[in-house]
Amino acid sequence: MTTRRTFMLAAAGVAVLATGLALTPGAVQAEEKLKVGFIYVGPIGDHGWSYQHDQGRLAIEKALGDKVQTSYIEKVPEGADAERALERLARSGHKLIFATSFGYMDSVIKVAKRHPDVKFEHATGYKRANNVSTYSARFYEGRYIIGKIAGKMSKKGMAGYIASFPIPEVVRGINSFMLGAQSVNPDFKIKVVWVNSWYDPGKEADAAKVLIAQGADILTQHTDSAAPMQVAAEKGVYAFGQASDMIKFGPKTQLTAVIDDWAPYYVQRAKDVLEGKWESKDTWGGLASGMVKMAPYTNMPEEVKKMAQETEAAIRSGKLHPFTGPIYDQDGKLRVKEGETLSDKELLGMNWYVKGIDDKLPK
Amino acid sequence: MMVLEKRPAPSAVWSIAAPLLALLVAVVLGGVLFAALGHPPLKALYIYFVEPLTSFWSIEELLVKATPLLLIGCGLALAYRANVWNIGAEGQLVMGAIAGSAIPILLPEWNDPLALVAMLALGMAGGAAYAAIPAMLKNRFNTNEILTSLMLVYVAGLFLDWLVRGPWRDPMGFNFPKSVAFEGWHLLPVISGRVHLGLVLAGVAVILLWLVLSHTRAGFAVRVQGTSAQAAQFAGFSARRITLGVMLFSGALAGLAGIGEVAGVIGHLQPSISPGYGFAAIIVAVLGRLSPAGVLLAALLLALTYLGGEAAQLALGMPAKVAQAFQGLLLFLILAAEVLVHYRVRWHRAGRQRGSTA
Repeated sequence: MTTRRTFMLAAAGVAVLATGLALTPGAVQAEEKLKVGFIYVGPIGDHGWSYQHDQGRLAIEKALGDKVQTSYIEKVPEGADAERALERLARSGHKLIFATSFGYMDSVIKVAKRHPDVKFEHATGYKRANNVSTYSARFYEGRYIIGKIAGKMSKKGMAGYIASFPIPEVVRGINSFMLGAQSVNPDFKIKVVWVNSWYDPGKEADAAKVLIAQGADILTQHTDSAAPMQVAAEKGVYAFGQASDMIKFGPKTQLTAVIDDWAPYYVQRAKDVLEGKWESKDTWGGLASGMVKMAPYTNMPEEVKKMAQETEAAIRSGKLHPFTGPIYDQDGKLRVKEGETLSDKELLGMNWYVKGIDDKLPK
Repeated sequence: MMVLEKRPAPSAVWSIAAPLLALLVAVVLGGVLFAALGHPPLKALYIYFVEPLTSFWSIEELLVKATPLLLIGCGLALAYRANVWNIGAEGQLVMGAIAGSAIPILLPEWNDPLALVAMLALGMAGGAAYAAIPAMLKNRFNTNEILTSLMLVYVAGLFLDWLVRGPWRDPMGFNFPKSVAFEGWHLLPVISGRVHLGLVLAGVAVILLWLVLSHTRAGFAVRVQGTSAQAAQFAGFSARRITLGVMLFSGALAGLAGIGEVAGVIGHLQPSISPGYGFAAIIVAVLGRLSPAGVLLAALLLALTYLGGEAAQLALGMPAKVAQAFQGLLLFLILAAEVLVHYRVRWHRAGRQRGSTA
């Protein structure tokens, strides 16, 4: 009896060992593939921010085929867990790692220090190192265009703005939208609701309902789910898609969407690593570089569409900068003089509202 | 037909066998789930349960993850023993983190070992003070502490949010919502990798819980209060003092976990400092049957399932939701199996029923 049990235990042990050995990753690999890793703050099914980054990952696979292998970890919280997720990617042989949310910044810097041979790419941050690049997109260019459309399309002259967190990126977007709207309707109004989340379909939908109840007849959002679009469709008001083309959530509702297209940048950076040309830099791409794209202009009269297309072309060619003076802030102080434009540095740290916005920023 | 009969006393055999049976069922069901979704079941289970234990780094990370769960779980175990349902540990964690961070943010010059001790003490005081609110509301107005402590979680979260976007924002941080980075003695000493002093404190908390429960009059009072409030009253124990006491104890440990996360692994204050440790620790306390050794095991198990889920995402491309669903399945089965400790399953032929027919 005892011998039999011992034998079985030993057999089990061997089996476990064998499985263990067979599972050791990359023990024998004929060809060295470049492993590219991603961490996402949301689920890839958010149809917004994380979804678009995952599209970029798939683009790398499509463009570089068997020279690369990609993997991702989704729903990584912006705290102590991010460092572990990044460390896990670095330890499992990933040589290029994309960290796709602002809150990963310090974790990226810490892990990058421990793995000098791994290249890191951090979205929307400002800390760089020899092996850490940063990149972001000039979403505000797209927001100026949708502001103009809102100015034309809103009968009541009031838009509802569903915002995530009062960080410069979001404040910049609100200002740009407002400047666009004021360029066609100087009395335009914006109501802002902060949901304090990047992705919370329930809260976003509630905010949308509140804004419509308060009289907004056009919605825009700086959060990642399609819930506001769905509420707008239900209530019969117009809305703009965010991060990805959300037309399927509101075929008669979406006017256009500001799309983040990370694919060309991601493919380029993976190529750079393969060819040994990768170096640390900061990239801030807009309509001109294709990092920001506009979804087709739909559900609007021909003349509004024409205006939107002309504005888009003017921004792309550099003829028009949304933040061209004179721009006054909420207190009536002149922030940008006539004929001047805000520098990138001022744009990156923006913490004031332009005149006419009915909301207060935390000081 | 199957009937559950209450055992006269909890079964000693099943108290060990029940969780093991639950684990076995979870492994089988999990294997079926993984296979149905197109993941090799054995490999998936290996990556989930075993791989996190095969490297030193991974074990370190397991301990890092278990540290706050263990601290908070110990506090909640004592509170629940007294039938005081503190659901707001997440808020107490946040308030502890805020109180402790006051030193590096407001008094950055004071950077010596004593400052660190003061940070930890403030962290505990912050958590305890915040837990005192639902305790006093209950004692004075007989409010339900489940609701009040839970609602205060959101207040704490918004207060932290306001602080790091407003007055406590790093002046050199381009207006982003972050405090200054903590340095020197404002960070907890590291034991190995990312494992910090907080783990030692968590170990102390386990021992403290054991001492209080089995070797002190207060612990006895808590147990009597939890078993029968009337008996406690006859024995002369004050229900109000017990309520306040266990809330302060659990709040202090949650606050310690909060400052431990901030000064131990994150290194600055930011809008989100915990992925819900205060709520996960409720599971830890209940899973651990409100006992010190049980809480220890449950905290390690829960930490393992987090790490295993992450490893499975990376190695198998398994969606995060599948890993979370499996984690939920496992925890549910373990809790459900507890019924076997207190009840025995009897089979009766129809027509010859004894006992309950309900």
